[in-house]
Amino acid sequence: MKRRLITFWRIIRTGIVNFLRNISLAIAAMAIMVVTLTIVLFSIIVNFTFSHTISQITSKINISVFLNDSTTQSQANRLIGELKSLPNVESVQYLSKAQALKIYEQENASNQQLIQAVNETSNPLPATIIIKPVNLNNIQSIKDFLSKPAISKLQSDPPSYSGQEKEAIDRITHATNVLQEMGVVAVAIFAFVSVLIIFNTIQMAIFNRRDEIHIMRLLGAGTWFIRGPFIVESIIYGMLSAAISVLIINASFQASAGALQASSLGLLDIGYANRFFNQRFIELLLVELGLGIVIGAVSSLIATRRYLKFKTR
Amino acid sequence: MILLDRVSKTYSRGSKPSLDRVSLHVEPKEFVIVVGQSGAGKTTLLKLLTREERQTSGKIIVGGIDYDKLKDREIPLLRRKIGVVFQDFKLLPNKTIFENVAYALEMVGMGNKEIRNTVPKVLDIVNLTGKEDRMPVELSGGERQRVAIARAIVRQPKILIADEPTGNLDPKHAWDVIKVLEKINRFGTTVLLTTHNQEIVNRLKRRVVTISDGKIVSDRANGGYKL
Ligand SMILES: Nc1ncnc2c1ncn2[C@@H]1O[C@H](COP(=O)(O)OP(=O)(O)OP(=O)(O)O)[C@@H](O)[C@H]1O
Ligand SMILES: [Mg+2]
Repeated sequence: MKRRLITFWRIIRTGIVNFLRNISLAIAAMAIMVVTLTIVLFSIIVNFTFSHTISQITSKINISVFLNDSTTQSQANRLIGELKSLPNVESVQYLSKAQALKIYEQENASNQQLIQAVNETSNPLPATIIIKPVNLNNIQSIKDFLSKPAISKLQSDPPSYSGQEKEAIDRITHATNVLQEMGVVAVAIFAFVSVLIIFNTIQMAIFNRRDEIHIMRLLGAGTWFIRGPFIVESIIYGMLSAAISVLIINASFQASAGALQASSLGLLDIGYANRFFNQRFIELLLVELGLGIVIGAVSSLIATRRYLKFKTR
Repeated sequence: MILLDRVSKTYSRGSKPSLDRVSLHVEPKEFVIVVGQSGAGKTTLLKLLTREERQTSGKIIVGGIDYDKLKDREIPLLRRKIGVVFQDFKLLPNKTIFENVAYALEMVGMGNKEIRNTVPKVLDIVNLTGKEDRMPVELSGGERQRVAIARAIVRQPKILIADEPTGNLDPKHAWDVIKVLEKINRFGTTVLLTTHNQEIVNRLKRRVVTISDGKIVSDRANGGYKL
């Protein structure tokens, strides 16, 4: 047990010493890793920001149902209960005639004449039920329900599907969705290629030291005693690269949020991206570290394998 | 201790064998000198003993271990019992002299304190005190050779294989090295030494095995140098 512990520490210490002694090689390997991890991190942030933008836009869309003045409160309550039990309904809000009037007054506060005119008659605004759907693209079931004769009898006007904005909003959502999907594909391809490049770089670094591995083998060193320090060294590359890429993203947010905003053609909500980055900093750092460690460990593990083999006949 | 029975080694199919049906028996604690012209097959013979290469045919048994039955994971353990001075030194280029010698001990799990005690003693034996922190490239050929010797003897192996360990040394240092080998042999290590140095062979008065063209052509106790 004690021996194992000694060996374990020796492997780690040797890995660190080797890292420091081969620092120039390390920098080459790390440069590529830093670029990859930075782009991965950036695309994670962009992806979350797009999702956020979409959900923000769609959260503004809802269906308003206008009730007859003759509809009783208990009829209204029953309707609300039924609506709530429909699939694809996220929330249902009820506005009485008085509440509807108050909102109307607030929205038109600048137009005193209009308000006066409205106040002179008895409240002309209908009681309103506002339905927020879960998925905006799938409101047919809600439509069907609302157009049932028993239900439409309660309504003063046909329901409003968030006015005329819906179509425009649909287009924006669609465009953002496409961008997001393209981004994911591009990043996946890029990440795959970079992992290959990183793998190659580490393999090259180990290829340059294959004689060393052969010598260690001849001296009777065990597989993990030889391989361990190489893995530790590559893990250090990975961890440092991850830390650097997080710093780069952080610095670019601090230095040039404006430039970023401009370069993304205003499609990206940089404010949110920055907040997202700050709030989820630890998680993002851990993801990056994890990626760096895994890529480093796996590629050095595979790269050392062939030089550790014993001669068969 | 070492038993070879009609061992042959052909490196690539079709070429002529580098070792041709070599049979050799070495007793424990024996001191054997292997001589032969360049290309005769001396290094090949030693490589078979460390399992760096595998024989094409024949049987090798060292310290009771039959090499045909040796599993891959047992090879490191076998190599730890054999100290080797390689003809081309094979020092680890990214490690200091101290670390090179210590490496042989680290891999078997020796404690740090013991390593710090042992390594300087061995470096002193080969006259390298004061050069502990140099890298191999910063040493002369002869100094490198002596590091290789220090590394080979530091584990006090049961068997010591020394392939031309005096090749780069002046007569004084060469003889110092030979004296180290004799001392180790006196403490019970079986020594297998290859050399071209006629004077050493004649002065040592030990068993001499002569290889020519991959075959053992003479094997005499207390032999002199004769090709
Ligand atoms: N890896 C190899 N592949 C092919 N042939 C080899 C290999 N190693 C050695 N040989 C050949 O085997 C023969 C014996 O070589 P070996 O190295 O055993 O000679 P040696 O007696 O040690 O010579 P020297 O005194 O010059 O060191 C030579 O003809 C050599 O060319
Ligand atoms: Mg040789």
